[in-house]
Amino acid sequence: MSTVAERLYLRRRITNGIALVLSGAAAVFGLIMLGWILWTTISKGASALGPQLFTTATAPPGEPGGLANAIVGTLTICLSAVAWATPLGILAGTYLAEYANYTKRGELIRFVNDILLSAPSIVLGLFIYTLIVRPMEQFSMFAGVLALGFIVLPVVVRTTDEMLRMVPTQMREAALSLGVPQWKVTTQVLYRAALSGITTGVLLGLARISGETAPLIFTNTNNQYWNFSPLQPMSNLPMTIYEYAKSPFEDWQQLAWAGALLITAFVLLVSVVARLLLLKNKQSHD
Amino acid sequence: MNAEVQRELRLEAVAKRAHSDQRMDFFFRSLTASAAWFVLITLVGAMLVMFDGGREALVEQGTKFVTTDYWDPANLIFHGLAPIVGTLLTSLIALLIAVPISFGIAVFLTEVAPAWLRTPVATAIELLAGIPSIIYGMWGLFVLVPWLGEYVYPWLIDELGTWPVIGPWFQGIPIGIGLLTAGFVLAVMVIPFISSIMREVFLTVPGRLKESAYALGSTRWEVVWDIVLPYTRGAVIGGVFLGLGRALGETMAVTFVIGNANRLGTLLEPGSSISATIANEFAEAFADEHRSALLGLGFLLFVVSFIVLSIAKLMLKGMSRWEGKR
Repeated sequence: MSTVAERLYLRRRITNGIALVLSGAAAVFGLIMLGWILWTTISKGASALGPQLFTTATAPPGEPGGLANAIVGTLTICLSAVAWATPLGILAGTYLAEYANYTKRGELIRFVNDILLSAPSIVLGLFIYTLIVRPMEQFSMFAGVLALGFIVLPVVVRTTDEMLRMVPTQMREAALSLGVPQWKVTTQVLYRAALSGITTGVLLGLARISGETAPLIFTNTNNQYWNFSPLQPMSNLPMTIYEYAKSPFEDWQQLAWAGALLITAFVLLVSVVARLLLLKNKQSHD
Repeated sequence: MNAEVQRELRLEAVAKRAHSDQRMDFFFRSLTASAAWFVLITLVGAMLVMFDGGREALVEQGTKFVTTDYWDPANLIFHGLAPIVGTLLTSLIALLIAVPISFGIAVFLTEVAPAWLRTPVATAIELLAGIPSIIYGMWGLFVLVPWLGEYVYPWLIDELGTWPVIGPWFQGIPIGIGLLTAGFVLAVMVIPFISSIMREVFLTVPGRLKESAYALGSTRWEVVWDIVLPYTRGAVIGGVFLGLGRALGETMAVTFVIGNANRLGTLLEPGSSISATIANEFAEAFADEHRSALLGLGFLLFVVSFIVLSIAKLMLKGMSRWEGKR
């Protein structure tokens, strides 16, 4: 015959068992979702992969087409966005870590930057539309680059800020005591110490924008032809995928999946490299 | 004599050098400061610009803009209740699904899983956050929607559709497109964000607290529920709000699966959200009223996200301050 205490103990153990199994099930759910999405992209995209994807420009449905102009366009747009946002982000991050740490205004800017980091990307697209596209009366690659840069900017600011604050104070003091002016300490000592961390931030920013579609709808739109003028829309992968996936044409949908596979592979590759860099950075600091 | 001249010259050089260093220091500092203020100006500027663009809809319609369900581009009448409700409902559904699952994942990764399994599983879950939104949308439309439409929605309509209070929410034709599907896709998208914050803060719980509870005979679940969770409550809520902030503004994934019908309906019928409406209609919005209504919706989305993310930030900041004191 079981006592009250034993029955209570049994109930607690059963609750414990159920909860732990459920927590395992939650983790399995997450892994299944990842596997399911990746498998969908690979199985549907791989069949359309081939050299023509990289050598032929987008074509009307029914004609043999590739994604060459979209791939080149996406790379151009994303790299240009990173190119303007990175120096600005590094400077702003430097201000937060080196000049405004523990000050009210530093906290304020850090706060705003964190909001911007998670703000809906579509809003940034609308912002650039009203600021640039409407006055110029022209969708353009320039506007797209601006909008995407605003997504990279807060990522770079945050990582620069964090990485610089991780550099030991002794390093600053040692350099300053040798009579090195502060700006040289920052640019030649601290940046070097934080280099791999800052690079991680830039890579994460690049990974974030390479699949970003929403801001491009109002700023760059898409172009089915080759274009290298910054004042005209430039062809790009996310918008092409969006248009092709919604189209009723089978060959376009195929190309959309191939594009989706390319972007997913690129994004995951970049984030893995960024992660490895961060790991290396952590180890060298320990 | 010669030595004195040399000394003079050297001193002069040093002074010059100090002067130019000082100038460069000031210059560099101003440069970094203006970059930092630029970030602040961007946020404020974006808000002002959007408000200005949506002024026509927001000011002239007043509260009618957010309380009336009527969106008719053909007759240029734009009241935004349906997309607003759509955004709130899909985000709510996403949280209802994502929060318990994220909690489970965080518990699994901090208390249950053997040590060798933790890093690979955590990395895999975080990879979910890296997959671009448009890929979620395509997966949702081409894989999830047919599956839900065939197996899950008919069952929901048969089972839940007849219930007294919530029944009317679960009626309709089971095509698999709708607010519920959008909510589910959003849930998968925010799980990595919420679970990684929960995992991080669970790891900050001091070992001696947990060990004391174990020493008193607590089970693992009791330690999680009675020790770890109360200790990290603020940060956990912050993480949930961060996930909410993400879900509110998510665009491409939702656009694919929500159906883009700008009216109020059940959870299983095509609906709309603010971001999906903007993404869908902006390119074709030639009338000023239409553009203004869309920008007005965008402004509201921005303000709500701002508030939600601020709450998240404040809750999480309380956590880090607390950590610093220990």
